[in-house]
Amino acid sequence: MQSADAISPGFPETPKLNYLTNGSTLKSWLLTKDHKRIAIMYLISVSAFFFMGGLYAASIRLELLTPASDLMESGTYNKAFTQHGILMIFFFLIPSIPAVLGNFLLPIMIGAKDLALPRINLLSLYIYWVGGALTLFGLMQGGVDTGWTFYTPYSTTFSNTYVMAVGLGIFINGFSSILTGLNFIVTVHTMRAPGMTWFRLPLFVWAQYATSLVMILGTPVVAITVLLLAIERFARVGIFDPSIGGDPILFQHMFWFYSHPAVYIMVLPGMGVVSELISNFSRKKIFGYEFIAFSSIAIAVFGFLVWGHHLFVSGQSIYAGLVFSFLTMVVAIPSAIKMFNWTATLYKGSIDFSTPMLYGIGFMGLFLIGGLTGLFLGSIGLVVHLTDTYFVVSHFHYVMVGGQVIAYLGGIHYWWPKMTGKMYSEFWGKISAMLVFIGFNLTFFPQFILGYQGMPRRYASYPAELQVLNIFSSAGASVLGVGMLMPVIYLLHSLVYGKPAGDNPWMLPGLEWRTSSPPPTENFEKMPVVTWEAYEFGEESGLDLEEARRRDAATVR
Amino acid sequence: MQTNSWVPFFPEQASTFAWQVDALYFYLILVSVAFSIPIVAAIFYFGIRYREKEKYATPEEMHGSIVLETVWSIIPFVISMTIFLGGAIVFYNQYRLPEDGMEVYVVGKQWMWKIQHQGGQREINELHVPVDTNVKLTMTTEDVIHDFSVPAFRTKTDVVPGRYTYLWFNATKPGKYHLFCAEYCGLNHSGMGGYVYVMEKDDFAAWQSGNVSGQTPVEQGRDLFENKLGCASCHAGGPQQRGAKLEGIFGHEVKLVGGQTVAADEAYIRESILNPGAKIVEGYQPIMPTFKGQVTEEQLLALVSYIKSLSGVAGTTTSSTGSGAGGATGANSSNPVTATNSTAVPTANRGQANRQGSNPNAPAGAPSGGNSNR
Repeated sequence: MQSADAISPGFPETPKLNYLTNGSTLKSWLLTKDHKRIAIMYLISVSAFFFMGGLYAASIRLELLTPASDLMESGTYNKAFTQHGILMIFFFLIPSIPAVLGNFLLPIMIGAKDLALPRINLLSLYIYWVGGALTLFGLMQGGVDTGWTFYTPYSTTFSNTYVMAVGLGIFINGFSSILTGLNFIVTVHTMRAPGMTWFRLPLFVWAQYATSLVMILGTPVVAITVLLLAIERFARVGIFDPSIGGDPILFQHMFWFYSHPAVYIMVLPGMGVVSELISNFSRKKIFGYEFIAFSSIAIAVFGFLVWGHHLFVSGQSIYAGLVFSFLTMVVAIPSAIKMFNWTATLYKGSIDFSTPMLYGIGFMGLFLIGGLTGLFLGSIGLVVHLTDTYFVVSHFHYVMVGGQVIAYLGGIHYWWPKMTGKMYSEFWGKISAMLVFIGFNLTFFPQFILGYQGMPRRYASYPAELQVLNIFSSAGASVLGVGMLMPVIYLLHSLVYGKPAGDNPWMLPGLEWRTSSPPPTENFEKMPVVTWEAYEFGEESGLDLEEARRRDAATVR
Repeated sequence: MQTNSWVPFFPEQASTFAWQVDALYFYLILVSVAFSIPIVAAIFYFGIRYREKEKYATPEEMHGSIVLETVWSIIPFVISMTIFLGGAIVFYNQYRLPEDGMEVYVVGKQWMWKIQHQGGQREINELHVPVDTNVKLTMTTEDVIHDFSVPAFRTKTDVVPGRYTYLWFNATKPGKYHLFCAEYCGLNHSGMGGYVYVMEKDDFAAWQSGNVSGQTPVEQGRDLFENKLGCASCHAGGPQQRGAKLEGIFGHEVKLVGGQTVAADEAYIRESILNPGAKIVEGYQPIMPTFKGQVTEEQLLALVSYIKSLSGVAGTTTSSTGSGAGGATGANSSNPVTATNSTAVPTANRGQANRQGSNPNAPAGAPSGGNSNR
């Protein structure tokens, strides 16, 4: 089956033992070392956090329908946006693509049996659960109202909410990211199948590799920062609070030294998924493979040098501000390069607008807006007016939701047949992809205009003249919400009623499509040997296209 | 915030840099549109033109192009540099403090803005300023970080505990504009705001004279210095002086024990009151006790104001244009944001109560006590 032997759509007569059927006890799941089972457990966990975060988002948009703070008191509202941010960023966005899709696919895509450190992989899941449980405990005790940024001295001295429990939850959760990143790096270096050279790696793997670098270099800094915050809050050691001898701006430097690179943790994996989608669904070799691969690394490196653009109005010296503004402009270039290469890939392709590709195209549109508005916020003369307003809120939702979440959904649809062996409803998939795209723009585009009008972030009440655009935004959020809920229904439905997907439903050449669906526990029946370049769709990659066409014709009949 | 401009949903332009920020904004919109149109058009065109005609077709393979990659790396780079330079120029104008200007003290407090004019007028959540006048805010906070934001002026600055930050503007249009706290500060963050009233100069003078409410900052500072805090017992001069001399130091270099020097600015004076041991002036013993916990931020500003007046430096209280006599900004120009107003703004000297601002009949542009130091 492997190497350049002919590969077919693969509908075996008798179901083979796969990773899902290999053991059905709770213990066989909780003590598994199989990266695929761990990925499925991550999938369930991050989805739960995503919908919790989504509920907070819904409550925020409901409150902002009217200018007055009427649905919630401002204290409740402050907790709602804080907890929305914390759950979405630390417990959904950061683990989403790496821990779910990366965990499942990275070993398969490079032709390995598992990650290099399977026990560490399981440990990282447990750490994530412990961190998540501690955070949820904090939320149930009464929640936290500091904003997800935990700015001092508010968080250390003035807030009397459950900062400690939530902060420690985030601290613990950070180790999960570090271990996952470490595991990916070791795996890519040591576990590639024979013939799988660095420049034959799928771009998804390159993106995961770049993300992992950021994870292991950046996360320890935020862990230390949160720990220092806890020390100051608990023991009143003056670190950040000036009334006891600390420096509040120090906290912002340390926090953003991680959290700006974390923004790239939240978009690089999405770029990797989109590179797969664009190339595979145009059946065309990706344009400028090396440029896309190295632009991921460039983003990971430059991402560490731009944290100061979060401090333009914080009293940082204006010369520091100018340097950070310049570097922020530079980091835009690799993103532009990716954008151009994806577009060029479509040229003379054979474009299949299945659901994953709709998400891929949607990503390009939303990331274009997210990226360009990033230039507005990097331009130091303009950002003075825009910072801390809804313009910023809208910008980072375009990048994180329009980027990472859309790519994640695209990836889930794309690899769903591989993960479950079942095909979802293409009809409902397309409807939901379009609802998400339209709802997203309706929700967040008005916020750019609100931001330029000066509406500050984190406001439970706002001047009456801003209501019209807020109503647009809330209306859009309801469309977005429906679009996000639909996949839960039809994907779960497909588990039971879905048509068998076959090993290679899209007839694609990647290694993940050269094993059965769902894959066996050891991924491949025999060690694959790679003799083809990445993204080769012709006969030389071994795809038995005639057989696929025959089978398609048979099913239509 | 008003939407009566020619662009719908567009904020009012009411300061000298509003048009600069807006020009930059429209330039960026232009760049974004110019960048997006070809990409979106290409995606649509390719999407239709190269839509799958036959399942599992194998289109002709194409390899990357170094020329194309270079072109589409260099063009965005050049454009982004124009954006950077435009932004840098506007930013420099926003944050380089003017040499003259009406100085106003702002203290943020959960959840209100306390504002004090040099003429002694105090306001809460309101700021009255004259039109066409440089207004310089010296700001700090009693508690957490706040941010003084006036969207119609297109400017804002964080107000950080433990230090002074500065914001300046020159309002161009009389009116009432939203004042927001833009940095999340806790429970009633969204209620921490009010309005900035920009008034015609005559109206402002009338407002000032109708609002004299007690001591000016200099008077309050002297009161604290001589009576309430007893600073004078060591710092008042004479043969028994144990504390460092304060007359004439503001804006000058002060020699410290160990040979270093420090520029005596507002931050230095503040630090010396709260943490006297941090910088010991040459020739004096480190015997001063700390006043931390005994003075509020507002009192500190009053003390700073008084000590500035000992050097003949104080914020002007009227819209006296053309008073920028001083030019000696060299010492501080290396860091305009934290640089203090070291220039001589002609004003009343020590002892003369700084009542000028409360006198609406004082001719504008004719500063009293014309002893402009330096």
